[in-house]
Amino acid sequence: MTGDATKTLPLEDLHQAAGAKFGTFAGWSMPVTYPAGVMKEHQHTREHVGLFDISHMKLFAVSGAGATALLTRACPIDAEALQVSQSKLTFFLNEEAGILDDLIVTRLGADRFMVVANAGNAVADEAHLKAIAKDFDAKVEPLDRVFLAIQGPEAEAALAKAGIDGSSLTFMHGFEPRPNWFMSRSGYTGEDGFEIGLPEADARALVARLLADERAMWIGLAARDSLRLEAGLCLHGNDISPDTDPVSGALMWAVPKEIRASGTFIGAEALRAILEKGAGRKRVGLKPEGRQPVRGGAALFDADGNSAGIVTSGGFGPSAGHPVAMGYVSTPLAKAGTKLFADVRGTKVPVEVSALPFTPHRYRKG
Amino acid sequence: MAKTYFTEDHEWLSVDGNVATVGITDYAQEQLGDLVFVDLPEVGRKLAKGDTAVVVESVKAASDVYAPLDGEIIEVNGALSGDPALVNSAATTDGWLWKMKLADESQLAGLLDEAGYKAHIG
Repeated sequence: MTGDATKTLPLEDLHQAAGAKFGTFAGWSMPVTYPAGVMKEHQHTREHVGLFDISHMKLFAVSGAGATALLTRACPIDAEALQVSQSKLTFFLNEEAGILDDLIVTRLGADRFMVVANAGNAVADEAHLKAIAKDFDAKVEPLDRVFLAIQGPEAEAALAKAGIDGSSLTFMHGFEPRPNWFMSRSGYTGEDGFEIGLPEADARALVARLLADERAMWIGLAARDSLRLEAGLCLHGNDISPDTDPVSGALMWAVPKEIRASGTFIGAEALRAILEKGAGRKRVGLKPEGRQPVRGGAALFDADGNSAGIVTSGGFGPSAGHPVAMGYVSTPLAKAGTKLFADVRGTKVPVEVSALPFTPHRYRKG
Repeated sequence: MAKTYFTEDHEWLSVDGNVATVGITDYAQEQLGDLVFVDLPEVGRKLAKGDTAVVVESVKAASDVYAPLDGEIIEVNGALSGDPALVNSAATTDGWLWKMKLADESQLAGLLDEAGYKAHIG
């Protein structure tokens, strides 16, 4: 993104009118908090409905007779085995099985898919997927959409009141309810909820209807981060990166067993070698003792002062009521309950390896 | 009668004799957002102007609060250990951070008054 001007969201005027404080994230000027503040925004999402503008993320339509073969090559999935409307968390891996990005792939039809990519990787993802697509009868089309997340226990009800029926969807399923719309039951908060990509004019109308409902309010990037951290969800660039792989990232649940041995996706051989040898380190939850947050970048040590790993994300969990973090530790230390220490400004803060998530997921699995 | 001074780093000082009570301004707490932890210094610690005296932690980030002047910490606001959000709700009163004995009162001349601070934050 170096040298590029900061990009602004299509609905920026609405965020300004709502009193948002803005910050730059992945090259985008994003609403970080609204006047309610991160604590209230976080709790509101867990209790009612949070409305997030995530238009910095990118939607790609992948279509053509070779679409399933393309995605089966580009990602560690069996795209042919996906049911229509089924969504799957997957990755672009490099040849070393390093994670270039994490993605949600949804099958829209026999030979049509939607791919949702992270903002910071969108440009590289497009080039990567288009380069692979040259060997397949498939088209990769970046879409110009506003992308909204509607998250929380009352999301389905608030959407229904706004005229959008999401009741037929269960968690990790998606469809196209209207022309140029894409809607899935998914999110980044650990709560039930939906993500909807749609044209700007439609988005403005939907936002107005949702905000007329007192159950819904705008939620900024700060609460999005504390919500996803409590839910144990990874932020690419922090918790997963080209230097981590799905094995050390504790994300092998996303790679179907059927393709681990036989898959020909990019990075398959490297992934098999890592699986055979075992990962030297593992991503784990970390619960700091006391009230002091432990942030990404803090070094971890065992009781004898030996290097044990590193914190990759950390902050305060408003619903958990205590600081929460995740990071990588040497595999022998990855067991829940292991006591470690994080270096925070020269002080050794005790932390305990903890199961993820910190707050239970409340997905609508149907 | 205590006199109030401000710094360009968004701190306030209420100075009575050679003792200054120090906190962050309402503008600063609003920029930081909800605080969840205040890392208070030890009483007796000697500070030079510009040293990090306190670290305030919001949900998302940690921010340093600097010593506005040379001096020695004589008291910290223990109430913040249990209720760091006092800094948000009462930045200029109950949310004070520390009290320090000033080493050189002539340094006060380099600080802002309220009008100067208001001009600084625009």
